[in-house]
Amino acid sequence: MLAALQNNLAILPILVPLLAGALMIPMDDQRGRLRAGLGILSVLVLLGTALALATQAETGAATTVYRLGNWPATFGIVLVVDRLSALLLVLTALLGLAALTFSLARWQRMGAHFHALFQFQLMGLNGAFLTGDLFNLFVFFEVLLAASYGLALHGSGVARVKAGLHYIAINLAASLLFLIGVSMIYGVAGTLNMADLAARIPSIPAENRKLLEAGAAILGMAFLVKAAMWPLGFWLANAYTAASPPAAAIFSMMSKVGLYAILRLSMLLFGEDAGASAGFGHNFLLIGGIATIGFGAVSVLATQDLGRLAGASVLISSGTLLAAVGAGQVGVTTGALYYLASSALAIGALFLLIELIERGRDVGADVLAVTLEAFGDGNDDEDEEEDEVGVAIPATMAILSACFLCCALLLAGLPPLSGFVAKFAMLSGILNPEGLGRGPTDVSWGGWLLLGALVFSGLATVLAMTRAGIRSLWATSGRAVPRVRVIEIAPVLLLIGLCIGMTAGAGPVLRYMENTAEALHAPKDYLRQVNGGRQ
Amino acid sequence: MELILALAIGVLGGSGVWLLMRPRTFQLIIGLSLLSYAVNLFIFSMGRFPVGKPPILEPGMRGDPAVFADPLPQSLVLTAIVIGFATTALFLVVMLAARGLTGGDHVDGQAGRDR
Repeated sequence: MLAALQNNLAILPILVPLLAGALMIPMDDQRGRLRAGLGILSVLVLLGTALALATQAETGAATTVYRLGNWPATFGIVLVVDRLSALLLVLTALLGLAALTFSLARWQRMGAHFHALFQFQLMGLNGAFLTGDLFNLFVFFEVLLAASYGLALHGSGVARVKAGLHYIAINLAASLLFLIGVSMIYGVAGTLNMADLAARIPSIPAENRKLLEAGAAILGMAFLVKAAMWPLGFWLANAYTAASPPAAAIFSMMSKVGLYAILRLSMLLFGEDAGASAGFGHNFLLIGGIATIGFGAVSVLATQDLGRLAGASVLISSGTLLAAVGAGQVGVTTGALYYLASSALAIGALFLLIELIERGRDVGADVLAVTLEAFGDGNDDEDEEEDEVGVAIPATMAILSACFLCCALLLAGLPPLSGFVAKFAMLSGILNPEGLGRGPTDVSWGGWLLLGALVFSGLATVLAMTRAGIRSLWATSGRAVPRVRVIEIAPVLLLIGLCIGMTAGAGPVLRYMENTAEALHAPKDYLRQVNGGRQ
Repeated sequence: MELILALAIGVLGGSGVWLLMRPRTFQLIIGLSLLSYAVNLFIFSMGRFPVGKPPILEPGMRGDPAVFADPLPQSLVLTAIVIGFATTALFLVVMLAARGLTGGDHVDGQAGRDR
């Protein structure tokens, strides 16, 4: 029994939320508690599975291949667990746990089928991180997008529907680009398995190579829309700001899906072994990433609104990661992976925190009232219950301010929290291309640009967060202290606590990231495990 | 035959992109549908066009790829069509909601701005 579980561990992150979500659909609102309990249970199982997979990748076999239907890789679809997938699974489960707990206080009642959609969102995310097949990646993208359309509109209201309309239209168009890219790659290479594709790319004849690269570039566009690279990311701030806070928190993981796909595919398909195509698109990613950082930094400075501030932070985070992938050095990738974990948790915490801070303002109350009105009167009894249990925890403002300070430090990359460690690791990677204390240190032009952009974005974030903090936390005249329940502040504390844990345990975490980065840059083990004896 | 298919993809794709840029939600959804038809034909054409060849092996036949149509693009198209249906239906619901909430069919929700 245990051995069977061990063997089938890789499929659990997809199966568990699928089953949980499917069970939740027929449950009506009378079974709210059961539904919420099932949701939390599913997320906890996911977290356990993800941790087990990460341990397995770190201590046991670095790459585990799960063959669906036991077909060999070229014919069947495979799921591949390596350090990168496991890391992202853990992050997804943690953010999912935080967002779901937060939603139990109030947001789950703002619309129908929140819990089921949430589970399907997790299923799509996990599937996209696990799959080793391009078309299967498309399917999981659609699953997570379809669920995210529902979550983006959760709570209804004019602002959400307007932003949701743009969000859906852009993502549908991006999905079409995805299909064009995938089919062009298939037309040239004759396979959609990522590892098989990587093995075939060096031997593609020269006359077909441009077609393959065009296909890869179109495919990349679809991911870049998701990752919100400038100028493809104008939709992001609107959609994320309008979405309900728990949905926005899980969306901060969703923009990491695009980054994951780019990281995985650019390293696997266009790494050093790719023959004439080696390094394809890296400079584009570097320049695009730096432009995104610049755009994000300007929008952070320009915005007056806390929600849009968080949206702009997502842009900066995406830009940093894209540029780091484009830099194509193991040291930078190590720092970038650490940054990915730190910023995903911090932005998730910020989205949840903002709703709590804004609750003291009249504007927030208005939006909520409109939402309730638009959704209908069916929830009157629950509203009364909600008023009863809203016990103000002591020293609310102090805790909120401390959390906001931590988020600001994390996002700006100031010591002592993990944001600083992440930026330091990236800068050290840029300045020492051959590794610390090894070889000559001639830094490329792209490296200097990236270094400048990283420092500048940190400065912009500090300025913007300080201003926003002063305006919303210190200058509180004429504003009530927000009523915050323990169940709402606990997820924020959990996420920030994790970042503090990442700072305290920076050594082991960075070692894990370094192993991940090395495996990404030289994916021999991945290819061997997936392709079997064949090379 | 290649020319007809290429023209069909081009015309569908071009009309789709044009409609995508229009300001009304109805034009938007028709544009997306046309584009997805173009993309589906495009995926299909990546299977190299063997006319009148079966995509499956007959019993007792040797597997010579030259005699068969590639079944994979066909299955990809099928999946893409199904997913396209689902997302189009979902988008229609959102559009109806937007129509109800904003009182107009402008994609930015500005009712009757240029009427």
